[in-house]
Amino acid sequence: MDFELSGDQRAIRELCREFAENEIAPKAAHYDQTGEFPYDIVAGMARLGLFALPFPERVGGAGGDFVSYCLALEEIARADASVAITLEAAVSLGIAPLVEFGTAEQQQRWLPPLLRGERLWAFGLTEAEAGSDAGGTQTRAVRDRDHWVINGRKVFITNAGTDISAGVTLTAVTGVDVSGEKQISCIAVERGTPGYTQAPKYRKLGWHASDTRELILDDVRVPLHNLVGEEGGGLKQFLAILEGGRVAIAALSVGLAQACLDASLRYSAQRRQFGQAIAAFQATQFKLADMATQIELARLMTWRAAAAIDSGGRAGVYASMAKLHASEVATACANQAVQIHGGYGFMEESPVARYYRDVKVNEIGEGTSEVQRMLIARHLLAPFAIE
Amino acid sequence: MNVVVCIKQVPDPNSVGQLDPSTHTLRREGVEVVLDPGDEYGIEAGLQLVETHGGEVTVVSMAPEKGLDAIRKALAMGAAKGVLITDPALAGADALTTAKVLAAAIKRQPFDLVITATESTDGYTGTVPQMLGALLGVPSVTFAKHLDGDGQKLTVQRQTESGYDVIAATLPAVLSVTAGVNEPRYPSLKGIMAAKSKPVDKLALGDLGLETPKPGQTITSVQPAEERKAGEIVEDDGEGAKRIVGFLEAQKVI
Repeated sequence: MDFELSGDQRAIRELCREFAENEIAPKAAHYDQTGEFPYDIVAGMARLGLFALPFPERVGGAGGDFVSYCLALEEIARADASVAITLEAAVSLGIAPLVEFGTAEQQQRWLPPLLRGERLWAFGLTEAEAGSDAGGTQTRAVRDRDHWVINGRKVFITNAGTDISAGVTLTAVTGVDVSGEKQISCIAVERGTPGYTQAPKYRKLGWHASDTRELILDDVRVPLHNLVGEEGGGLKQFLAILEGGRVAIAALSVGLAQACLDASLRYSAQRRQFGQAIAAFQATQFKLADMATQIELARLMTWRAAAAIDSGGRAGVYASMAKLHASEVATACANQAVQIHGGYGFMEESPVARYYRDVKVNEIGEGTSEVQRMLIARHLLAPFAIE
Repeated sequence: MNVVVCIKQVPDPNSVGQLDPSTHTLRREGVEVVLDPGDEYGIEAGLQLVETHGGEVTVVSMAPEKGLDAIRKALAMGAAKGVLITDPALAGADALTTAKVLAAAIKRQPFDLVITATESTDGYTGTVPQMLGALLGVPSVTFAKHLDGDGQKLTVQRQTESGYDVIAATLPAVLSVTAGVNEPRYPSLKGIMAAKSKPVDKLALGDLGLETPKPGQTITSVQPAEERKAGEIVEDDGEGAKRIVGFLEAQKVI
């Protein structure tokens, strides 16, 4: 067993760390306060080639592995979780479905500007009545000669409404199978197609600089060949997509947790009470030690899941476990970081206030903690035929 | 033109540094090591020169095996090849030994310009560039904050306390550049992937025809830097501006 990163992996981590410290971190408070989309930072990440990172060279990717992608996300989330989720959604939810399931023609048509990071593509799964429970999907796509006619509403969609957003792959009911179950398919819709409307940006607890909106589809007509993957295969496809996404969210959580520890170490070594640095109090030391230990565990679980994707294509239950644990660790670390910072931690001038607001969603997005536990239990109980 | 850039791997300057109590040098175990941020300016300067005038950049580093990472970063930024001199006998080498080793490695190939940082971020002796000039028998032009060069000569603005001197030198020469001489590029992912297939020569002392160096400079003790004295408070009684100008003049700031 070898826990050492390869030369490429170390180089990619160092590149992203440097870029995050120099270009992202100094602007994080500004973008958090204004809620502006960080176009300049996205352009910078594009110049580095990050949007192409984990994709094979045959589709125009950089040929990097999933572990490297997780290292990149961790370093970026350490500086700004909003930027990290923008990259994660673009790569894991936007580009990955087109790489995995798109036809050669679809890939040639859409991928080049997405891989260059010049345009963003979104994934539209969640609805008012459907998220992890795809059976509740209300959005419908009906065949009309050589077109799909799509009607429905998608909520909480990341990267769909920026000036550089190019389109969305969305899930829609395209029929019913023999047992009466809804058949779900994935269909690509270019932004600007008549009937495609984006609502204003949501006001969110955290991730202020990421673009999240509702999408309204009103008699949107797209050619039949915009079907991504097999007709009726949507469920299987987005489960596979979410698996990689979960590992990515785990990496993002580790980065944010590390930021909480970094800030806590700096602050507690400098803040003095009762004649000594508060880091000299055992009460603080135990908090720091627990944070560091839990972060290390979360990081190893993330690497484990990412390595499984690199070796066999799937992370399976490791993805759920890593996402579950890392996101809960990150929330606990943000909580302790604010506690260590005391009154200053409650002030918006302090970065830990932003960490505290940004962290919670990691336990929710791409499958809540409850859904992850459900998936893990289903995996454990599969041999006993208990659903 | 053939540009050689000397680089060094140092403990991450963003981490909290600790001194080894026995050697009084910076502890390197258990800390992240990175390409010295000061060296990125030299690499960038070299890359800009060869991009304008043709030729290639070679990076040279004396370091333990791990130093390969620093060389790979330079290769990822665009350098063509690397030379790593690694030898257990070089552990703890002082500035003169370092300069002798680097000079011997540089001489193995034709060169027009050798670029270094003004000093390393860990040791800070700031003497290797001048020693290199002497050992290679070429002019050394130091503290460049701006440079123009072609294959034949070099014109630099040399940073001084009060401004800058303009210095011209014929090539070959040794040049040290300050932070701020340019804006170093980030390596791209493509560059990182391509760096793997670029050649790196690994050399030991014997390959350079050098013998095990005698111990030279050692650090005998370390004292904490003097604490900053409290500043002077100027009450503005109508003469405030004058007194501030007077103070700045005395400090040679203006």
